[in-house]
Amino acid sequence: MSASHASASHASARETTEGTVYTVTGGDWDEVVQSAAKADDERIIVNMGPQHPSTHGVLRLILEIEGETVSEARCGIGYLHTGIEKNLEYRTWTQGTTFVTRMDYLTPFFNEAAYCLGVEKLLGIEDQIPDRASVIRVLLMELNRLSSHLVCIATGGMELGATTIMIYGFRDRELILDIYELITGLRMNHAYIRPGGLAQDLPPGAVDQIREFVKKMKKNLPEYDKLATGNPIFKARMQDVGYLDLAGCMALGATGPVLRSAGLPHDLRKAQPYCGYENYDFEVPTADTCDSYGRFLIRLEEMRQSLRIIEQCLDRLAPGPVMVADKKIAWPAQLALGPDGLGNSLDHIKKIMGTSMEALIHHFKLVTEGFRVPAGQAYTAVESPKGELGVHVVSDGGTRPYRVHFRDPSFTNLQAMAAMCEGGQVADVIVAVASIDPVMGGVDR
Amino acid sequence: MSDAHDKHPNDKGPNDQGPNDKGADKNLNGNGLPAPRDAAGEVIRVRKGMFGAENGGDTTGYGGLVRTIALPGASARPYGGWFDEVADELEGALEEQGLLPENAIEKTVVDRGELTFHIAREHLVRVAQTLRDDPALRFELCTGVSGVHFLEDKGRELHAVYHLRSITHNRLIRLEVSAPDADPHVPSLVSVYPTNDWHERETYDFFGLIFDGHPALTRIMMPDDWQGFPQRKDYPLGGIPVEYKGAQIPAPDQRRSYS
Repeated sequence: MSASHASASHASARETTEGTVYTVTGGDWDEVVQSAAKADDERIIVNMGPQHPSTHGVLRLILEIEGETVSEARCGIGYLHTGIEKNLEYRTWTQGTTFVTRMDYLTPFFNEAAYCLGVEKLLGIEDQIPDRASVIRVLLMELNRLSSHLVCIATGGMELGATTIMIYGFRDRELILDIYELITGLRMNHAYIRPGGLAQDLPPGAVDQIREFVKKMKKNLPEYDKLATGNPIFKARMQDVGYLDLAGCMALGATGPVLRSAGLPHDLRKAQPYCGYENYDFEVPTADTCDSYGRFLIRLEEMRQSLRIIEQCLDRLAPGPVMVADKKIAWPAQLALGPDGLGNSLDHIKKIMGTSMEALIHHFKLVTEGFRVPAGQAYTAVESPKGELGVHVVSDGGTRPYRVHFRDPSFTNLQAMAAMCEGGQVADVIVAVASIDPVMGGVDR
Repeated sequence: MSDAHDKHPNDKGPNDQGPNDKGADKNLNGNGLPAPRDAAGEVIRVRKGMFGAENGGDTTGYGGLVRTIALPGASARPYGGWFDEVADELEGALEEQGLLPENAIEKTVVDRGELTFHIAREHLVRVAQTLRDDPALRFELCTGVSGVHFLEDKGRELHAVYHLRSITHNRLIRLEVSAPDADPHVPSLVSVYPTNDWHERETYDFFGLIFDGHPALTRIMMPDDWQGFPQRKDYPLGGIPVEYKGAQIPAPDQRRSYS
C-alpha cells in the first residue's frame, strides 16, 4: 500500500443517496509489517470465534499468543444483541416476562423471577404474593439451577474431550426439561412466572414426577463424582487454571461460583432472601482454590443443595392461589387446555361473553392495556446459577416499563476472562471460559 | 465446603416494611415514623390525553387530560433503619475530606425500602471512593451502571444509576447522577470499581453518555460504525408490521400506548 494512503484518516466518509459510506483503507501497513518483523517470530494473534464450538455461543476471543502462551486476551461480544431492554419499553409489564425469559436461555426462571420481583416491588405487592406461588418459584428456580449447572459441567467436560460427562449431563438435564414441559408447556422460554404470581398452577402429576426425578438424580449425581472429581486427567486440566483470587473477584464484580471459589460464601439467597429462601435449610458451598476445579466442585455441591431445597419445596406445597388476589393486577383468565393448545378457559369465556359485560370490559382492559405501575424505580437481585442477576426497573406510572436494565452475571463475570487467561496456555483459555459459564444470550441481551 | 454465613444476619433492615407506595402519607420508615417528602417530587414529564395520540385529532374524549408524572421526591430525616447510619457516615467522611456534603449530595430519596443518593456528577468519583474505602460503609461491590433517559426532564435528561452492595454489612444503596443532553459527560468509576469497564461501555453504547476517564470507551454491543444511541427515548424502535391471519398487526411502536 502506498504511503499516501496512510496519512490522516483510515476511514474516509462520503455521503451517498444510501447514507454515509465509509471507505476503510487500513493503517500504514509498512509500519505494521516492520514492527511485526521486529517482534518475536512466535507471536501471532488468533481469533477464536465468534463461531467456535467451545466458546459457548457467539463469543469472540482475540488472543495474542507467543508459542503456546497467551500474552493478551480480549473478548468481542455483542453478536447476540437482540435489543430486549429496548423492546420491553414497548410492551406491557406482563408481556415483559416473555422477553426476559429469552435472555440467559439456560436460566429462564431466574430471569422471570428477578423481573417479576422488581415489578412487584414497584407495585408494593411483595407481601401479597401467595405462599404457593413463592414455593413454586423457588422449586422451579432450584430445578433451573440444576439444569444450568448440568449444562455447564456437560459442555465444560466436552471441551476437555470428556464426551461421557457431556452425555451424562444432557441425559440428566433432559429429565428436568421434561418437568418444565409438563408444568409450563415449554422446554425453554417459559414466561411462567408473572408479575403477581404464576401463569397457572402445577398440573396434576407434576409433584409425583418431581419426586421421581429427585430420587433418580440422587442416584445419578454420584456418577459425576466417580467420573470426574477424582479423575487425574480432569484434575490436571482444571486445577490452578483460570485462577482469580478474592481481590480480583471483588474488583471485577465477579459473583456466583467464581466468587465462592475464592472462599467468600456470598449468596443472595442467604444474604438478602427473596421468595422465602430464609425458610429453607441449605448450605452455601465454597472452595479456596480460586480455580476451575474449585468452581466445578462448587457446582456439584450446589446441585446436591438444590435437590435438598426441591424436597423441602415439595413438602411445603400447600393448596392455595398462585396469583395475587388484587383483580386489578391479576391476569383475569384462568388458563385451560383446549383442542388448539393452552388458552383462556371456556368457562371464563362463557362468563365474560354471556353474562357480565363489566367482566368483559375488565378482561379486555387488563389484557390489552395492562396495569399501571406507580412512578419510581426499584432494584431486585436473585442468585442465579452464574451469580447476582440484578434488575433495575423504572416506571413512569404507565402501563409499560419506562426502562428495564439487567445486570447479567455472565456479562460481568466474562470481564474476568483476561485476568484468568493471560500468562496461561492457549488450551487453558477454553477451561477458564468454561468455568465462568457465560451464556451469550445473557451477556448480549 | 463450609457454610460461614454468620456475618449475614437475616436482617433486611428497612426492606421488610410492608407495601409503602400507595401514597406519600403512607410512607412509614423502619421506626414507624412518617418520612415527609417534597410534595412535588421530580417532575419528569407532563402527559396529555389517554392513548398516546400525538398527532391528529383525539376522538376518545380524553384529549383534554393533563397529568404530571413525578418520581418520588427527596426525603427528610429520619430515613429509618440503617439508612441514617449510612447517610451519617457518608456525610461525616466527606466532611473529613473537606467536601461539603450538601454540595456533593444533591438529595436523598427513600422509596420502596431503598436508599438513593443523588450525587453531583463532579463529586461522583470521590463519593464512590469514600463509599468503597470507609470501613463503616465498605460498599465493595458495584453492580454496574444503568442509564435512564428522561427526554422531557430538561437539563437532567440522562441519568446514570449505580447500585452498590456491601457484602461486609449486607446493605445495598443506589447512587444516581444526571447530565444534560447538551453535555452528556459523567466521570468514569473504572478507577474505583474496575467492574464498571464493560458496564460503562454498554451505557455509552446505548445512551451516548460519555464516561470521562474510561480507559477505552468504545461501543460494546452495537457495531462500531453504528449511528445513534438505541436506548434513548428519541431513538425509534423501528418495528415492522406483521401480517397474521390476513390482518396487519401494527409494529409495537405504532400501537396504542395507553399512556
